[in-house]
Amino acid sequence: MTDAAALLPLPAPGRSLWQDARGRLACNRAAVASLVVLALIALACLIGPLLTGHPYDKVYPDYVRLPAGIASHPRAEAVPAAVARIAARIRATAGDVIIENGVARVTLTSPRPIDPRLLVYFERSDQFGVARIVESGDDGRRLVVEAPLKPMRFLFGTDGNGRDLLTRTLMAGRMSLSIGLLATAVALVIGVAYGATAGYLGGRIDMVMMRAVDVLYALPFIFIAILLVVFLGRNVVLVFLAVGAVEWLDMARIVRGQTLSIKRRDYVLAAEALGVPTRGILTRHIIPNTLGPVIVQVTLLVPKVILLESFLSFLGLGVQEPMTSWGALISDGARAIEAAPWLLAVPAGFLVTTLFALNFLGDGLRDALDPTEH
Amino acid sequence: MLPFILRRFLSAIPTLFAVVTLSFLLMRLAPGGPFDLERPLDAAVMANLRRIYQLDRPLHEQYLTYLAALLRGDFGPSYFFRDFTIAELFKQGLPVSMRLGASALVVALAIGAPLGVLGALRRNSAADHAVMGLATVGITIPGFVVAPVLQIVFGLMLAWLPVGGWNGGGTRNTILPIVTLALPQLAVIARMTRAAMIETLRADHIRTLHAQGLSGATVALHALRAAALPIVSHLGPTAAALLTGSVVVETIFGIPGIGRYFVDGALNRDYTLVMGTVVVVALFVLVFNLAVDLLHALLDPRIRLG
Repeated sequence: MTDAAALLPLPAPGRSLWQDARGRLACNRAAVASLVVLALIALACLIGPLLTGHPYDKVYPDYVRLPAGIASHPRAEAVPAAVARIAARIRATAGDVIIENGVARVTLTSPRPIDPRLLVYFERSDQFGVARIVESGDDGRRLVVEAPLKPMRFLFGTDGNGRDLLTRTLMAGRMSLSIGLLATAVALVIGVAYGATAGYLGGRIDMVMMRAVDVLYALPFIFIAILLVVFLGRNVVLVFLAVGAVEWLDMARIVRGQTLSIKRRDYVLAAEALGVPTRGILTRHIIPNTLGPVIVQVTLLVPKVILLESFLSFLGLGVQEPMTSWGALISDGARAIEAAPWLLAVPAGFLVTTLFALNFLGDGLRDALDPTEH
Repeated sequence: MLPFILRRFLSAIPTLFAVVTLSFLLMRLAPGGPFDLERPLDAAVMANLRRIYQLDRPLHEQYLTYLAALLRGDFGPSYFFRDFTIAELFKQGLPVSMRLGASALVVALAIGAPLGVLGALRRNSAADHAVMGLATVGITIPGFVVAPVLQIVFGLMLAWLPVGGWNGGGTRNTILPIVTLALPQLAVIARMTRAAMIETLRADHIRTLHAQGLSGATVALHALRAAALPIVSHLGPTAAALLTGSVVVETIFGIPGIGRYFVDGALNRDYTLVMGTVVVVALFVLVFNLAVDLLHALLDPRIRLG
């Protein structure tokens, strides 16, 4: 084919369906905006957890369920209480706390001499660094101690275990997005191969293959998912498998329908007449020509898969602690909605934005790839 | 028409049989059993239990026993909800789930379809964009986010409706669950109606109607009939899913439906409960697929005659 093209003088370069589609997509403002939003979210999830300064599984026992805010912790007004707590563990009484340049200075008194080693409780807390004795009196019954504050920010607050919600949401995004992409890839490969084969071979084979699809359709998704969890234990790869293994059915039907109409085209008949093997016809002629609707289906499948994963996590069958996904975070948040609404709002915001963008992108692609549209 | 129905009905039987067989095998091959506890039972007790429930027989014998019982309409006893048979559980739960699901379906159809038609008739107007925006929101927000938000707003802040519970089926108790169930379906129906209407409005017969000078409303009604085909196809599986209950909604609102049985049954290896649920769900799917085919035949003469 390339030889023939090289020999003939080329007419004005034609525009392929894909070039046309790209042009139309670029004109669709909602689709372009969705692409940008998706790229930003993906980027944030990819590099964000490295920049927030908190590991996603680090527990801060002193900062449980902090509301969202840009203020630096510990707050000045919260320091005396924190010092009093530490003093109680040292078995001493704390005097007034003076905060200067990020250093808290406090006088500890006790009826018995204070063991300076106990000052390690300061650095063990989340609020202070290494404490230092400035002045000692009454044979060690009175200590003046200086402890630097450990400033930390939790932009979206912390969860019920005292973990930074922003970091966790971004890590969850990595998980949800990769589950969405991987499961969709599984569904894509199985569905396209199965649908194209059934549609192209036709006849009795087609009937048997599509009847098998009908049987799987009648089995509820949750049944298969739970069984897979039971068989393989609770791990993430399983979620990919479970979701991908169910979602290929739609893809297979779409591809089969397309294939049925494509296989009567002249170029397929020509290929058959030239003796191209079935496999070659499928991969070279049939599958590439079904790609338009398949791509649209993929953009709509990714949000569906993310939703299904979050549904599994809601049931406690999905991603397991300390790893997390948007669905797992949302189901935690939904349980604490009264006391800490931000625990629901932040992950739900990320999830809904992503799904929104994917849906708009899918719509835009459908319009762009539809030749009857213009 | 009758042979058409009969043929469809008969072709559903092998599917049902395959579903039952497949799920029976999958369930039995799963590790663990219905009587596994944190502290294992005494071996003699376990042997007795297994004998009473006939779990000590070979697998094919159990399968045949189950199949024979199923044909007589006997779903067997539940292993997890002791003292209940599966039939009793469904007798209690199924009407609850069906009532919620049917109400949600009606609400979704009654609001979603007109919105979709509106969007198609006023394409690319502000109303269209509003409808599509709302529909996208409805599709993207999962039920387990909608439900707690509704509980907070209408149950606690405004205190108009109860946050949960069934209360013997009081109307006020059903509103929030129905809204939660209906919202995503409403959105899907609105989108599908709009897409199908846009497609149909371009068709030749619609242009002919316009040319004959019929009013816009009449033309829209004609278009709606043709546009109804994909919506009806979608409604089949949707109705089956809605009527057989939703785990999320029933868990969050504390509703005694059958949605939870799958999860409870499969996690506790309650073989009969899972099998019963599979059969019920599959029956719903098959019946509604049949109904869809019939509606298609009614709406589109080409299918009926072809």
